[in-house]
Amino acid sequence: MLKVKVNDIDIEVEEGFTILQACELAGFEIPRFCYHEKLSIAGNCRMCLVEIEKSKKPVASCAMPVAEGMNIKTNTNFVEKARKGVMEFLLANHPLDCPVCDQGGECDLQDQSMFYGIDKSRYKENKRFVPEKYMGPLIKTQMTRCIHCTRCVRFATEVAGVPEIGAIGRGEDMQITTYLEKAMESELSANVIDLCPVGALTSKPYVFEARPWELKKTETIDVMDSVGSNIRVDTYGWEVKRILPKINEDINEEWISDKTRYSCDGLKYQRLDTPYIKKENNFKKVSWFEAFQILKDKINLTSPEKIAGLTGDLTNMETLFACKELFNKVLKSKDLESREKNIYINLSNRNNYLFNSEIKGIEKSDLILLIGTNPRFEATMLNARIRKSFLKNNTEIFSLEDLGDLTYPYKILTNTTEEVKKIIENNSEISKKITKAKYPIIIFGEGALDLNSSKYIFEGLKKFLIENNKINEDWNAINILPFNASAVGSYDLNIVSKTNDTIEKIKNNFFELIFLFGQDNFSFNKKNEFIVYIGSHGDKGAEMADLVLPGAAFTEQDGYFTNLEGKLQMAFKASYPPGEAKEDWVIINEISNLVGRESLFKNKNELLNAMNSYINSNKKDDISNLFKEEFVKEKISTLPNDYYHSNVIARASKTMNECRSIRTKLKKTGTEG
Amino acid sequence: MSIKKVSKEQPDKFEFNQDNLNLANKIVLNYPSGKKKSAVMALLYIAQKQNDNWIPLAAMKYIAKFLDISYINVYEVATFYSMYNLQPVGKYFIQICTTTPCMIRGAYKLVDVCKKNISEKENELSTNKNCSWTEVECLGACISAPMSQINDDYYEDLNVKQFENIIKDILKDKKPKPGSYRGRLNSEPEKNRKTLLENKNA
Repeated sequence: MLKVKVNDIDIEVEEGFTILQACELAGFEIPRFCYHEKLSIAGNCRMCLVEIEKSKKPVASCAMPVAEGMNIKTNTNFVEKARKGVMEFLLANHPLDCPVCDQGGECDLQDQSMFYGIDKSRYKENKRFVPEKYMGPLIKTQMTRCIHCTRCVRFATEVAGVPEIGAIGRGEDMQITTYLEKAMESELSANVIDLCPVGALTSKPYVFEARPWELKKTETIDVMDSVGSNIRVDTYGWEVKRILPKINEDINEEWISDKTRYSCDGLKYQRLDTPYIKKENNFKKVSWFEAFQILKDKINLTSPEKIAGLTGDLTNMETLFACKELFNKVLKSKDLESREKNIYINLSNRNNYLFNSEIKGIEKSDLILLIGTNPRFEATMLNARIRKSFLKNNTEIFSLEDLGDLTYPYKILTNTTEEVKKIIENNSEISKKITKAKYPIIIFGEGALDLNSSKYIFEGLKKFLIENNKINEDWNAINILPFNASAVGSYDLNIVSKTNDTIEKIKNNFFELIFLFGQDNFSFNKKNEFIVYIGSHGDKGAEMADLVLPGAAFTEQDGYFTNLEGKLQMAFKASYPPGEAKEDWVIINEISNLVGRESLFKNKNELLNAMNSYINSNKKDDISNLFKEEFVKEKISTLPNDYYHSNVIARASKTMNECRSIRTKLKKTGTEG
Repeated sequence: MSIKKVSKEQPDKFEFNQDNLNLANKIVLNYPSGKKKSAVMALLYIAQKQNDNWIPLAAMKYIAKFLDISYINVYEVATFYSMYNLQPVGKYFIQICTTTPCMIRGAYKLVDVCKKNISEKENELSTNKNCSWTEVECLGACISAPMSQINDDYYEDLNVKQFENIIKDILKDKKPKPGSYRGRLNSEPEKNRKTLLENKNA
């Protein structure tokens, strides 16, 4: 520990701290543009100048490590004059276009110029002009505003792992650009918008939409993937205008993926706002009353064993629990299923379906093995952590399959079950490496759980890890990476078919009445079934439905989600359902009221209490013994995942469509080198 | 100096020839292992020499792959330094020093010669496309002002007539004799030296 003085306050700081960090520890804020906690130190904006006793020149505090006995001053005239000088240089070429700049109101330069700016400019020369740069469909550029802090360059190189942004030219003519003005090929690209301290990089879909102070801000979570990134939803009236990241060091740090950020315009389009009934292949608007009458007749006419239900990828736990209660108590059917495919799942213990090493645990791992998963597209934030781990510990990463660019180097093994068998039997290089590694991580994707020998490879590897003491109190090396935000919540609530054949029976057209609770990723050849779709968007599910009941999206109702690590988080209501749409659990409650002549729950609190006691009762319907534990020689491949089109909201989003078309075109021409 | 523009016409392919490949591999060995990206400037210069004094994008990509760095890293370096040309400048690249000493000794007259014989504008290829000219800052040969650098050679103590002849030779694809055009050796005074006469080996 080093003893230093900041403005005559004595503090002790750890060795290796910078002066800026020491000042913050002492409670003094230092203005800055280029410095960012999560990025490397550049020290090129010079805004963080402080005075140090016995130093004649002011010192850039972000880049200078503290030394024993330093006497740091941050509020002297000397410091203020230095910072004013820096600000004057920064403003020399910065255009005076705050009124038409989207950053206005949340601009670092605007805020700091309130303290250090000079009211009049002394520069008579023309301001520098910089042509706009194309950076893809998400980032709007206005490069005359750029102050060359290079945060975006460092982010792209370090965090995103796609070194495509750089500074070309020199001196006054320096320009920030992507290589040959191509769209940035990263799923994290839009984070540079948050990083940009000025309005040089702003959000293209959000351009001229609203001012930050007009928006209602709701801190909630994201459901685009199973990571459960913490986000802030900004709404203007009903409309969700934008989504920003909220800091959560354990999950998403400061970043979110582009899908999380920009699929929000999908909440506006393709929405179901009134019940519909299909008549002669056309959808007709009906009232809730009529819709419920039709549904009631249908339920009464159908015997319970001919009723099935599928829950969806974005369904919150309240709805899942209400579905479960509806099927158990009212419809008396056992065929409620949350999986889209008959993937192997072992519900006997929570550790069998969680990401046990935890996302922050990835940082200390020294070996990662990917089996049937592409984390870059299945869980972008998790992939960013793997990259961080790689940069920090030079983690060895193996994948059974060639997954293309994962933003870090990895070794490719053969993608057959035999490779895994060799590891289980301790017959390969990898198994030796796993036994040697201190914190190994083995990640199973859904692609590895969808095989005939899934049970063999999962249980076999688990046994191998237990034998080698890689699953113990401190560390659990076995991890499952599910696709859907609702997956872990559904498993916690035991929403799997008890006979493990619901999906097969649906495909064989066994059922007469099928409920789709926001399930849009499931398709089968429909015959005479009557399908009821309850959900927010008119997508694949609604298309094949006979009766459509409009529900709410994740931003329009309070709802719990359990992320892949098993963290229970709540998505708060930021907006309200459009038109006559209702919250999902209300619809289910009303169905119950209609059919069973009794509501399932009196109010939301009763639902929550019932759900809590159910989860705490730890009742597990283990269906793993219904799977055969056999070894079959087969290929392990990741499931096809259309990143920009993975769920209803993303499919309805125009921005996501644009990203998708650009990305697929790029892949076709192969211009990337 | 404004930002350098990348040429619109780009060759599809670039590869070091065998000599340059050997040279490049040798340069890379000058740096500790894992730091071979430090060789980027030297390699860009080799590429420029090989490709008639300019660096095409294909060469930048080639060097990026050669050194295991990203394209933008090479692109940044290539756009930063003024001695890398990103547009064709012809087989003979003529640089005329117009900093004060040369200017006083008539550098702008040399510029006029270029304007007349090569092209009206700076950085523009001659009609037969084998040379172009540009004004540069001090090339450090003030003692033999006015002077001009053509590719790797200095042409010193020039006057308009001599320079015209040089340009005409170049346009005919003939390499003129480099060095002083007033018969001086290096930077020695004209007609032998005036001091240290008693010292034979001075």
